[in-house]
Amino acid sequence: MELWYAILSVLPFDWAQPGQMYFMKHALLAVLVITPLFGLLSTMVVHSRMSFFSDALGHSAFTGMAIGAICGLNRPIWAAVIFAVIFALLFNLVRRRSALASDTVIGVFSSTAVALGIFLSTLNGRSFTKFNSLLIGDVLSVEPAMIGVLALILAAVLVLWALSFNQLMLASVHPALADSRGVKIFWQETVFSAAIAVVVTLSMTWVGLLVINSLLVLPGAAARNVARNMAQYHLFALLGSVAAGIAGLMISYYLGPSAGASITLCLAVWFALTFVIRKK
Amino acid sequence: MRKLKHGKLTGCADACCLKLEGLAVRLEGDEILEDVSFHLHCGEIAALIGPNGAGKSTLFRSILGQIPYQGSITFAPAGGPAIRLADGAVTGGSRPLVGYVPQSPSFDRGDPVSVLDFFTAATAKWPVWLPVPKQYRERAAACLSRVHGEELLDRAMGALSGGQLQRVLLALALEPVPHILILDEPLSGVDIEGEHQLLEMLDELRTQYDLSILLSTHDFATLGQFADKVILLNRRVLKEGPPDEVLSSPEFYDTFHLRMGRGGER
Repeated sequence: MELWYAILSVLPFDWAQPGQMYFMKHALLAVLVITPLFGLLSTMVVHSRMSFFSDALGHSAFTGMAIGAICGLNRPIWAAVIFAVIFALLFNLVRRRSALASDTVIGVFSSTAVALGIFLSTLNGRSFTKFNSLLIGDVLSVEPAMIGVLALILAAVLVLWALSFNQLMLASVHPALADSRGVKIFWQETVFSAAIAVVVTLSMTWVGLLVINSLLVLPGAAARNVARNMAQYHLFALLGSVAAGIAGLMISYYLGPSAGASITLCLAVWFALTFVIRKK
Repeated sequence: MRKLKHGKLTGCADACCLKLEGLAVRLEGDEILEDVSFHLHCGEIAALIGPNGAGKSTLFRSILGQIPYQGSITFAPAGGPAIRLADGAVTGGSRPLVGYVPQSPSFDRGDPVSVLDFFTAATAKWPVWLPVPKQYRERAAACLSRVHGEELLDRAMGALSGGQLQRVLLALALEPVPHILILDEPLSGVDIEGEHQLLEMLDELRTQYDLSILLSTHDFATLGQFADKVILLNRRVLKEGPPDEVLSSPEFYDTFHLRMGRGGER
């Protein structure tokens, strides 16, 4: 962390000066870890039409927090991670076994998870308000240890991307063709959705439940407006995601709104820009 | 590149041969295929015809080993003993390679997947979200040249015409060069010129690589121009033989609810 503080001290911002505003420095580092993570995942979320699924995962993450809180855990977030992963695995299993369309299965799971979350968190007449902070998120509350965890997850997702992106892409384009070339579709999709589950849950506290899905959809959607191949697609998604993350955090610092919402709005502007300059 | 020795095609003894014997498939209690038997020699093009739901795709999936089946599917190289397709057993020989050209996958026009991305993703370990290095690019170009499609390399998959997409899928199925090539409805969504080009290409490939080609089609008009053999399938093999023989058979007319000429005459 000392190294990070030293790097920042060369910046001409008042908060970047040594010995103060540590929460802002942590937040910036967290944004620099979270946004490439979401940028990477968003390429595949958009490509394989899973945006509704990732939205549902956000809801289930909140339910996991409620379960963790009821069990009296110090850090209910780990309960939430486990719950979200189970949710993702169950969803994949049911989708594979059932003849229903994907979005119908997601609807079933999503509404069940939300209902369970509200039921548990308001049991015995408890107030829901303590979960309000989850809905909006607060990136300024991030701790250095958590940034470390997120950096590890970013590294894990990079490894996953290096090993199985090709298979994931083939499976989303044409399952039968992928199968004929030896791709284990079920396992690829399961690992990918579990990865989304972990990332969404861990970032929820800072980004905010209500806008977290936008980070998984907008970078990929914007990049599709202009990219012609996979390398460009990833480049634009990552650039957009990181740039919007930094810009959003600055807006949040100087004007005071929630960082999650600011980042999302910056992404929306990025989407609008790419939409205008896209080649038809 | 692997080349097969071309034997004179006189029968199963000399040529390599794909044999289906008593193939039966049940899916969720429904009998999809029963007692399907036929031979396909290398260098031969067989066309599979039949109404929708006749079990054509199921037959392909059995040969590809994607679903469980009863009966046997074996492949015997020229002069060699038969190898079971499912597991390569019997001789311990290696399983024959089956190339598969699926029904056209759905690409959106805006999909940021270039032909090079698609090719590299399917044939190499290099993750395609990184810029694709020269060696893979050259390999993909070499594969595409087999279907005269080098110029398609940097095009977006979603922007290809039906015929171009079929050629790219065909190039993919030929890497590595298979023993048996299966094409699912390759002529649907392809215009007349593309169709002509594709059929010529198949003809070229079977002589060049000595492939057994099995394709399904609804286009009966062109059958006579390219198929050595037509197999009429509707849950079971109803008729098998040269195109003109099958197309003029009562089984063909029955299956497609056609009347024999006008007023039952002719």
